[in-house]
Amino acid sequence: MDAGKESESNPTTVERTSEREMVVRRTFNGPARIVFAAWTTPDLLMRWWAPKSYGITFISCEADVRTGGTYRFVFGHSASDQPMAFFGKYIEVIPNARLVWTNDEGGEGGAVTTVTFEERGAETLVVMRDLYPSKEALDEAIASGNTSGISDQFAQLDALLVTLSAGAGRS
Amino acid sequence: MVQYSQTRFDAAFAALSDATRRGVLEQLGRSDASITDLAQKFHMTLTGMKKHVGVLEQAGLVTTEKVGRVRTCRLGARRLEDEAAWIEGYRQRWSARFDALDKVIEELKQKEKVDGRRKRE
Repeated sequence: MDAGKESESNPTTVERTSEREMVVRRTFNGPARIVFAAWTTPDLLMRWWAPKSYGITFISCEADVRTGGTYRFVFGHSASDQPMAFFGKYIEVIPNARLVWTNDEGGEGGAVTTVTFEERGAETLVVMRDLYPSKEALDEAIASGNTSGISDQFAQLDALLVTLSAGAGRS
Repeated sequence: MVQYSQTRFDAAFAALSDATRRGVLEQLGRSDASITDLAQKFHMTLTGMKKHVGVLEQAGLVTTEKVGRVRTCRLGARRLEDEAAWIEGYRQRWSARFDALDKVIEELKQKEKVDGRRKRE
């Protein structure tokens, strides 16, 4: 067992390519049709979109993957009795090659996500681009942590507020 | 006064140097509030509260959003965490997701082998 090695999984890279865009890249060891199926079949999506480390679990997953179709992912979180819903519309679907969807849960500031699947031999390169309507919208997403569903920033702010409360003699 | 030459932390600390603004942060830690709510709670004029919220907003501690005629304030940590650190956290979350996806892909590949060549219907 080489526990110290990360060679088992392919690297994931994330880059803010412009004021409005975040890009995630990852290679998968399988043909594009299989990778695409895993991104577009609700039963399969539910098995990987919310891994254990997220601390959230799927309540439901609906995805009508065709141009003009909609999706709705609903999650539960142990720290909250309110479910979280993520929803939007597929605006472009090219089987085994390209998916474009809107992220409408945040209102007007939501990104448009474009995922491309490029087969390279036995592997598939997946490139996911989140294009926000403005720099402010992406900054806001970063500030609120809403692209992840879990906010490290808020944890940090909570800590700050505890400090402030202590300073003010409150508990 | 916030000067552009100040670092993010200087701006945050300057914003936190005022007791009312610290009170506003505590209040927003409990729930989001409109400028009007905050002005009432802190016995201030709307204009006075707007200024305080403006300072907190510039320091990245608070974000505001106008819906209709109401401007809602909430805690926002835009500059508390360096963007690079946020991006690393984001990368780790996607990495965890993709590691789970690897397993699904591996299973589908095995299934294809067993089932023979499967076509989309």
